[in-house]
Amino acid sequence: MSELSSTLLYSAFIIYLFSTLFFAMSISDKKQSKAAYTKRWGRIGFISACAGFLFQLGYFITRWIASGHAPVSNLFEFTTFFGMMMVLAFIILYIIYRTNGLGVFAMPVAVLVISYASMFPREISPLIPALQSDWLKIHVTTAALGEGILAISFVSGLIYLIRTVDQSVSTKKTKWLEIILYSLLSVVGFIVVSLAFKGTGYETSFEMMNENNQPTKIVYEMPALAGPANGKQLDEGFGPLFSTPSWMNGVDASIKLNTFIWSLVAGLIIYGLLRLILRKRISAALQSKVNNMNPELLDEISYRAVAIGFPIFTLGALIFAMIWAQQAWSRFWGWDPKEVWALITFLFYAAYLHLRLSRGWHGEKSAWLCVLGFWIITFNLIAVNLVLVGLHSYA
Amino acid sequence: MQSKLCECGHSNPYGTSLCQACGKPLDNEVEVLSSMRYEGSARRSQTYKSTIVDRVWNFFSSVKVGVWLIVTILVAAAIGTIFPQEMFIPPNVDPASHYESEYGTLGFIYYLLGFHNLYGSWWFIILLGMLGLSIIIASLDRGIPLYKALKTQRVTRHDQFMKNQRLLSVSHDVEMEEIKYSLETLRYKVREEEGNLFAEKGRFSRWGAYVNHVGLIIFLTGAMLRFFPGMYVDEILWVREGEKASIPGTKSDEGQFYLENNDFILEMYDKNDKKFNSALSSVDGEVAKNYQSNVTLYKTEPAHTIGEEPKLLKVKDGVIRVNEPFKFDSFALYQTDFKLNEFYKMSFKLEEKSTGKFFGDLTVDLHEPETEYDLGNGYRVEILDYYPNFVLNEHNQPATVNNLPDNPAFVFAMYSPSTPKGEKAFVGIQKNIESGDNQFKMSFAGIETKDLTALTVRKDHTLWIIALGGIIFMIGVTQGLYWNYRRIWIKQNEDGIWAAAHTNKNWYGLKKDLEFLSDKTNLTPLEDKEIDSIK
Ligand code: HEM
Repeated sequence: MSELSSTLLYSAFIIYLFSTLFFAMSISDKKQSKAAYTKRWGRIGFISACAGFLFQLGYFITRWIASGHAPVSNLFEFTTFFGMMMVLAFIILYIIYRTNGLGVFAMPVAVLVISYASMFPREISPLIPALQSDWLKIHVTTAALGEGILAISFVSGLIYLIRTVDQSVSTKKTKWLEIILYSLLSVVGFIVVSLAFKGTGYETSFEMMNENNQPTKIVYEMPALAGPANGKQLDEGFGPLFSTPSWMNGVDASIKLNTFIWSLVAGLIIYGLLRLILRKRISAALQSKVNNMNPELLDEISYRAVAIGFPIFTLGALIFAMIWAQQAWSRFWGWDPKEVWALITFLFYAAYLHLRLSRGWHGEKSAWLCVLGFWIITFNLIAVNLVLVGLHSYA
Repeated sequence: MQSKLCECGHSNPYGTSLCQACGKPLDNEVEVLSSMRYEGSARRSQTYKSTIVDRVWNFFSSVKVGVWLIVTILVAAAIGTIFPQEMFIPPNVDPASHYESEYGTLGFIYYLLGFHNLYGSWWFIILLGMLGLSIIIASLDRGIPLYKALKTQRVTRHDQFMKNQRLLSVSHDVEMEEIKYSLETLRYKVREEEGNLFAEKGRFSRWGAYVNHVGLIIFLTGAMLRFFPGMYVDEILWVREGEKASIPGTKSDEGQFYLENNDFILEMYDKNDKKFNSALSSVDGEVAKNYQSNVTLYKTEPAHTIGEEPKLLKVKDGVIRVNEPFKFDSFALYQTDFKLNEFYKMSFKLEEKSTGKFFGDLTVDLHEPETEYDLGNGYRVEILDYYPNFVLNEHNQPATVNNLPDNPAFVFAMYSPSTPKGEKAFVGIQKNIESGDNQFKMSFAGIETKDLTALTVRKDHTLWIIALGGIIFMIGVTQGLYWNYRRIWIKQNEDGIWAAAHTNKNWYGLKKDLEFLSDKTNLTPLEDKEIDSIK
């Protein structure tokens, strides 16, 4: 069963890649033969997105059967599910607005999220007592759906910015756009270096003191740029160039930081190569591809995604979370960092809605806010686990 | 302040910018479209600006201020996660030095600024209070006049009002009946007056913002009520297996609850379980599967006289697990902690050193030791001193850390017919100190242990208020964000039939409705003055 489940996920992944390709075909064409051509490839792209979604749903169900609990209980499972919810959100918004251009960006971001997920340990793990709760499943799935929909507002806002920011001169805006694209490329970088070092079987180990002052051995699977705080390298491996600050919590903190730095470096190399090939800013290169898209429609989609996603996010990430916390920890709120960042996300989108609905922040301002909102969401998914560990840390 | 009479005959309160009945601008400078947000109604904040009360009102009713409050709280909340809050640092350390030693100078500054207890700080609470106030004032300022305006609006609107709408067209040869029919198929509510039509849909969604704000206020109120005595109980209860303990916080006129811990169960996952095999083999140690206390609840008899041992009546049996609290009355017990194998009873034998003969044995209950144990035939043992958790203090004197028998030690006095004055011995775990010429000694004969369970005792009378606030909030956001208020006016004029339309949000959806309308009837498609139509 668990093998079938992996196969289904793998298939979904491939289908998503094709879906991206089909959507790209639908917009790549010039004005003339537009209508029929666009429509056909758009439809094929959409159908494959739906098919991929069904395969991934199959993965989800079979993994559930195999493990006996909802597969949203560790980072691999949760992140994969988040990717799946992004696809679902895209499907919903595509049904409303039928814009192929959205698919060209939304599908690859979902693909990226799922590949990122698969870099975490993929074994089926047992649930500790605190996680054995129906409310927890309901909380995690609903929150992921809300975040998936909010992610589409980011995608649409990003296309809006690529479409409208003036690329003829270098400004603060063009720089920020490049930074956003670079961060997406760093995720690609993460996947590339993880696979590369896994392929070569690289390992280097350190001995360090854990929280209880017991000597512990930790194993890096990438060359150590950042060594553990007060660690001793046990072999002749490369590095470390510097050591991790001691306030970063947990035995694995230095491994995570090291991976993070590798991802940034790899992202930079990929970015540099692309710049060399394209001979212009990446957003400028992309701009010519999205020129046919209507900015007002993009603006509308990104706002609509927030309008749909905000209530679902609130329900899942705050209300269901509180019900679970009340049951598991006897208090519905504990100011745990993960909780606080869910609250911050909530407040941020509340501010967005007020600025948009009452103060008329449309278009570009609104698009930048959607980008920032997604940054907050990913910060909560990744960095809070990396640095600010709390009750929710899965690892 | 005088009211304003419109030419249509409607009398409008002072401060109104669009006639509440026909929509005519009451002033030449009024821009219709931007006034449409609140129907050009008389909002207090836009009308009165002189006294202090006005200024406070206007300050809090401003969305700009509201957004600043939200953003400030957001930033403060984020700062609170940079380093752990005081409640997450180990309980036995001094925060003043902890933050500096763990996080360096930044940690020290963090502590100095009071950020280690940010969410409970006076200024954070004040920010929340200001947010609440702002929500209330902003909602009253807009909600009430908006409600009145939407109620008094008439079917026939002034030409000026129609002309200034964002979506507009003029048609000829249109059958009003057809339009009405098409609007009804779109599920608009259509009203007719003097041959003109007014169609509206989803007016209730206009209250969404106000409903969700009410929910937020109820939620915040509930959260603040926690600080009132009697609303909230938060205690911890340790009970040993096989023992009963009174449950703190549950005493009332009707008596007091007691809990018996029948069994504490700790289960681990089986490392050989095929399903989790690969995950379990990669962690050191074991992974917990279940923490559970099997308990029985008792209550004292109502009429029991003080001083007498209370008589306990059994109420019910129950099971407490993580995620499965045990509920009774208005209380709930949560599995919070446990301790395995706490020392419970220690047994000794009185031994004659020269012969190795035993003269009776005794078992000391480590929580309630007796002062004297009579072993018969003139042999007896007294406990002169008892240190449940023995240490040597700074003066090198025996002392105890606390009352938990983690490292019990005794000073015994042993009496026998041959030593009627008694001999002293200090006995602890792996320790036996005595004067060399003692004839007798206490020899260790065994130890009994017990498991303990720790339960959080919780009563929370604010929960239903919080839940109510949450539900109302969710209803409000759904109502306001998943629906919208669309209005279409059709007016017969000399130069043709005018059609105008307005929505508070989602123009895309409104335009789809209008496209349907002009497809099905002769109505000229409405033009968007602001954007060239989204599509
Ligand atoms: C965390 C706190 C808050 C949340 C979650 C919140 C939520 C919302 C939401 C979701 C909407 C849009 C509803 C809709 O259009 O259907 C809204 C509208 C609004 N909010 Fe808030 N709000 C908050 C605080 C505030 C504050 C502090 C103010 C004070 C100025 C305020 C004033 C308004 C106003 C004026 C509207 C527009 C009402 C209308 O369209 O008639 N809100 N709020």
